[in-house]
Amino acid sequence: MEFLSEFPTMGNQELRDLKKAIDRGFREFSRAYGEALETFFEPILYFLVWFEKLLQNSPWPLVIAVIAVLAWLGARNWLVVGGTVASFLVIGYLGMWQDTMATLAIISVATLICIVVGIPVGIAMARSDRVQGLVTPLLDVMQTIPSFVYLIPVVMLLGIGKVPGLIAVCIYAIPPIVRLTNLGIRLVDREVLEAADAFGASYPQKLFGVQIPLALPNIFAGVNQTIMMSLAMVVIASMIGVQGLGVPVLRAISNQYLALGLMNGLAIVVLAIIFDRISQGFGKNIQKHRWDGH
Amino acid sequence: MGTNPGVKVQIRSLYKIFGPDAAAMTEHVEAGISKEDLLDKHAHVLGLRNINLDVAAHQVQVIMGLSGSGKSTLIRHINRLIEPTAGEVIVDGEDILAMTPLELRQFRRSKASMVFQGFALLPHRTVADNVAYGLSVQGIDKAEREERGKRWIDRVGLTGYEGYYTTHLSGGMRQRVGLARALATDAEILLMDEPFSALDPLIRTDMQDILLGLQTELHKTIIFITHDLDEALRIGNSIAILRDGEAVQVGTPQDIIMRPADGYVAEFIKDINRGRVIQVASIMDAEKADGGPKVDAETVLDDALQLMIGSGSDIATVTRNGEPAGSVRLESIATALAKPD
Ligand SMILES: Nc1ncnc2c1ncn2[C@@H]1O[C@H](COP(=O)(O)OP(=O)(O)OP(=O)(O)O)[C@@H](O)[C@H]1O
Ligand SMILES: [Mg+2]
Repeated sequence: MEFLSEFPTMGNQELRDLKKAIDRGFREFSRAYGEALETFFEPILYFLVWFEKLLQNSPWPLVIAVIAVLAWLGARNWLVVGGTVASFLVIGYLGMWQDTMATLAIISVATLICIVVGIPVGIAMARSDRVQGLVTPLLDVMQTIPSFVYLIPVVMLLGIGKVPGLIAVCIYAIPPIVRLTNLGIRLVDREVLEAADAFGASYPQKLFGVQIPLALPNIFAGVNQTIMMSLAMVVIASMIGVQGLGVPVLRAISNQYLALGLMNGLAIVVLAIIFDRISQGFGKNIQKHRWDGH
Repeated sequence: MGTNPGVKVQIRSLYKIFGPDAAAMTEHVEAGISKEDLLDKHAHVLGLRNINLDVAAHQVQVIMGLSGSGKSTLIRHINRLIEPTAGEVIVDGEDILAMTPLELRQFRRSKASMVFQGFALLPHRTVADNVAYGLSVQGIDKAEREERGKRWIDRVGLTGYEGYYTTHLSGGMRQRVGLARALATDAEILLMDEPFSALDPLIRTDMQDILLGLQTELHKTIIFITHDLDEALRIGNSIAILRDGEAVQVGTPQDIIMRPADGYVAEFIKDINRGRVIQVASIMDAEKADGGPKVDAETVLDDALQLMIGSGSDIATVTRNGEPAGSVRLESIATALAKPD
């Protein structure tokens, strides 16, 4: 009867040994490769720091002007541009300019990395069912595993700082762009692809001349979601040393500063809305200018 | 039509079986298993069985058959969009199946182009860019591409639409783009998989006129799929009829109508307007008549009938190139007009 009421565990001592062994193994791994990894990520770190400084040190009217131009290019909608400018003015007026710029910097760099890594992975998945079968479960894990869990090995490897924060954001935010690139390419009309084949197109000619252009609306939907998800990681990333709007939120939580938390939280929301409108507008515009629906 | 100009495309003992273990199935298929049994007992789909077909150069070879009979599968073997399970495809003496991927791409770029039932145009490119697609794949520079493309855009009657996106065009216009795209590479072989089936009847007739007009000038070798017998008779120099992946009859339109190989073919032709299709040549006697009106051998029965009734004669002299070649009687015309059952 005892067997049924008490779950048969592997024994405390063995369990402790197992965990210790895993920890030791990983610690050895990080001792051996941590430094190499850090060097590997150094260019990204330099870029991120440079970009953050650029945003923070440029005159604020110039920054707002550039953002307004980008908003116009993306959304082609004066309302979006006006709303964007107004939001940034309010954010600045409420003293959150520096933090917002830091967040903007990390979101931009993270999105860039996700695009540069994610689109090729999506392309590879679309080309081969084998690759798709391998990557899909990985993406599922990345999306469902609580972010705190993968923060542990990242911090063990790289310590506290911008780079581990960036990696954590990317792990969380990259799945949609991979998935939607893959999906977009797979959804391209079979007959159109066959036509490309029939006219003797090579694989790169098909990829860049037919598949990617026709998948662009989906790819942009992926970029949009990636941006949204990296914004959602801002607070968690600030726990491991990323500057930005997440830091005051954390401080507000531990000190019960309601106003501080609310303001910075709302600033994140506003950023999310702006990014969403701009990137969605961009996706819609390419679709509209080139063809209707389809 | 024309002299005997040599064979352009040869298809030899071609088999296509769809399924994971197709090669192992050839045995059953060669032994004559039916398409249904192959599916039920072995879970493989019979695409084509032992197709042998010679397509003459500069002629229009029509391929007909009901849905699922293997027409699309057959035409896609000619540019090897589909790999056969067994058999040979030879174009201009060259074995398509022996080609390396590079040679095959070269072949598709320069030798055989294709027109699709659903048009298969690139929705993100303009009419001009679609027409020039084959040329851009070949790496031809923009200026030459535009110039060569323009010629074909004008030729199919799309002048002025160069800058339009194809989704803004009607079906008929889209297929003109498809046709111009196929012609722009100057390929000698044109593969057309039900190119006009998606179009309204009136527009379909327009497109047939355009194609026939172009053909009198260009003399391409055209392989044309349709399930519309009127279209087949109008366009084809030769017609092949497929059923369940087998060629049940190959012949001239007159052959098919006068001597259907089996009930399946007879079923196909039963609703045809025989008076407008059958030519005097198909039913004439070699014995020359004295007197009666003269009719050319290629006259259709309706016209011959009118001529004979008008002249009050029950016999007419059949001529070829103006020379008497035989005779035809009212009686035999009446017999030929009557539907066989
Ligand atoms: N990729 C494939 N896998 C399995 N079966 C296929 C495949 N392609 C075609 N078939 C089968 O092969 C047979 C011939 O198909 P095909 O498309 O050549 O017919 P079709 O004569 O062109 O018909 P339709 O008039 O409908 O276009 C059909 O039974 C079809 O289901
Ligand atoms: Mg078909």
